[in-house]
Amino acid sequence: MTRSSRTRAVVRLVVLVLILAVVLYPLLWMIGTSLKSREEIATNIGLWPDVFTPGNFRAGWQNFDVSFGRFFANSAMVALLTVVGNAISCLLAAYAFARLRFRLRKIWFAIMIGTLLLPGHVLIIPQYVLFKQLGWVGEPWPYLPLLVPQFLATEAFFVFLMVQFMRGIPYELDEAAKIDGASPYTVFRHVIVPLSRPALVTTAIFSFIWTWNDFFRQLVFLSDLQDYTVPVALTLFIDSTSESAVGPMFAMSLLSLVPVFLFFVAFQRLLVEGINTSGLKG
Amino acid sequence: MAISTAPPAALPTGPASPGPASRRGRGGPRRRENLAGYVFLSPWLLGLMGITAIPMLLSLYLSFTNYDALSPFSEVEWIGLDNYRTMFTSDPSFWHAVEVTVTFALIAVPLKLAAALGVALLLNRAFRGVGLFRGLFYLPSLLGGSVALAIVWVNMFNRDGAFNSLLGLFGVEGAPWVNDPRWSLETLMALAIWQFGAPMVIFLAGLKQIPVELYEAASVDGANAWRQFRAVTLPMLSPVIFFNLVLETINGFQGFTAAFVLSNGTGGPVDSTLMYTLNLYIKGFTELQMGYASALAWVFLVAIALITVVLFSTGRFWVHYADGEDR
Repeated sequence: MTRSSRTRAVVRLVVLVLILAVVLYPLLWMIGTSLKSREEIATNIGLWPDVFTPGNFRAGWQNFDVSFGRFFANSAMVALLTVVGNAISCLLAAYAFARLRFRLRKIWFAIMIGTLLLPGHVLIIPQYVLFKQLGWVGEPWPYLPLLVPQFLATEAFFVFLMVQFMRGIPYELDEAAKIDGASPYTVFRHVIVPLSRPALVTTAIFSFIWTWNDFFRQLVFLSDLQDYTVPVALTLFIDSTSESAVGPMFAMSLLSLVPVFLFFVAFQRLLVEGINTSGLKG
Repeated sequence: MAISTAPPAALPTGPASPGPASRRGRGGPRRRENLAGYVFLSPWLLGLMGITAIPMLLSLYLSFTNYDALSPFSEVEWIGLDNYRTMFTSDPSFWHAVEVTVTFALIAVPLKLAAALGVALLLNRAFRGVGLFRGLFYLPSLLGGSVALAIVWVNMFNRDGAFNSLLGLFGVEGAPWVNDPRWSLETLMALAIWQFGAPMVIFLAGLKQIPVELYEAASVDGANAWRQFRAVTLPMLSPVIFFNLVLETINGFQGFTAAFVLSNGTGGPVDSTLMYTLNLYIKGFTELQMGYASALAWVFLVAIALITVVLFSTGRFWVHYADGEDR
């Protein structure tokens, strides 16, 4: 390595560390603030609290008439059922698109690609009207409008992701099974499903994270406090912007990011390389 | 992009393979596969009809009515183009929302892509810890769309927030960024740019595809780093830049959560953060003017479609595909 190239490497590293400091600052500040007392939030501008105040977490947890435990349980249920729905329904659709020949296949596929770019906000009002007519909004179980679409493969992105993945599975496997008399259903069960596990895992993880972070649909469809998910409950803090609520608000915000952060730690490679580049391959 | 509808590799069909199917009785292998295709596709088809197509048509119909979500359907009145007329001629909040959204996208998207490309170029080398850097830069893209992070962001840019404290250290007097209509939208832009990790990862994947020989040839010809970037990196990366541009523009137009959190659902201060989707939400679910909000939604859909078409048509002039074909 020549001297100039070594200098360049050092400069590169310094620049990267500086950018990283800016990128991570808000996250560290959030952690620090969630542990500061009310007085310290106003006075201590440093990242770290002088006096640790874990009481923020207790105060935040019980800040509303319904405890945050309930909100977390609601969010987890919605996210997990979404994972199941997306995994099953998108896999079925993807198998048809990637491996089977049927009439109008190209047209359906083009329509599916078209819905990839369809903004969800455009459909929210008619969906609300429709679900309300069906008696799905509110009582007795307000989560149907959030979950039914996920069991009908409406998340075109995951269908596309799985189609791209399945195209990489050697066709010889299907052929061999067919020669042995296997039906498309047998091929699906014994060839495609086992080999599609990586795509399923990616879909599951991203379904979970996106649903966990989702706000718009949950805001629209959930109206009773006890049905609220974590993001909707967090906005209640904004209404009461009294200074006293900042610590608890930060504590609950931080807690709400923990599941996503754990996924990040566990599946970092997959998250970074999995979905973002999938649109480029193929 | 790689979105293609190429059929799967040739399957043995026709007279060559009459055997296995005839043993199964009715229907040749083609017919059986046709049926199976529709069986597997049925949940998606049901979703396409019930969750997408029918709501879209319903929305189109509602946009010509005065439906208000409270009165029964039987009292819904057809008012023709009134909603659209009101929108374009006598509703200042519509034009305000358009202005806010376009400003947001025009500034935040290019800056986000520039940050993403810049950091990707710095990371496009093999050195120890490169994976960790990449992961940590990507982290905001995972967390940034959440309500929790929007709350943190808004508080960071409050009058007595961390950002002003930081400025104070350098003797610069801050501003109440969030509550000042001149700066509130910029606060949201900063949040969007902070999430540059997702396009960065895509850029990195694209950079890896550029053949090293091109750089070697360029440096043999005496091209310096800047020339190499202009003559090799940019053209070779243009399909990826294009992909990111389309994706981020469409995302940018749909920003909702942060604007909702910053303004507590109002689009304030003084409508400065009234993103289009937030305006749609307010009209539809706060003011319950669902007919009017449906018209807003359709205008939005057409606008997004037009922007996509415009992006694709300009792409012809600057996107370079290695195989010399438009895909």
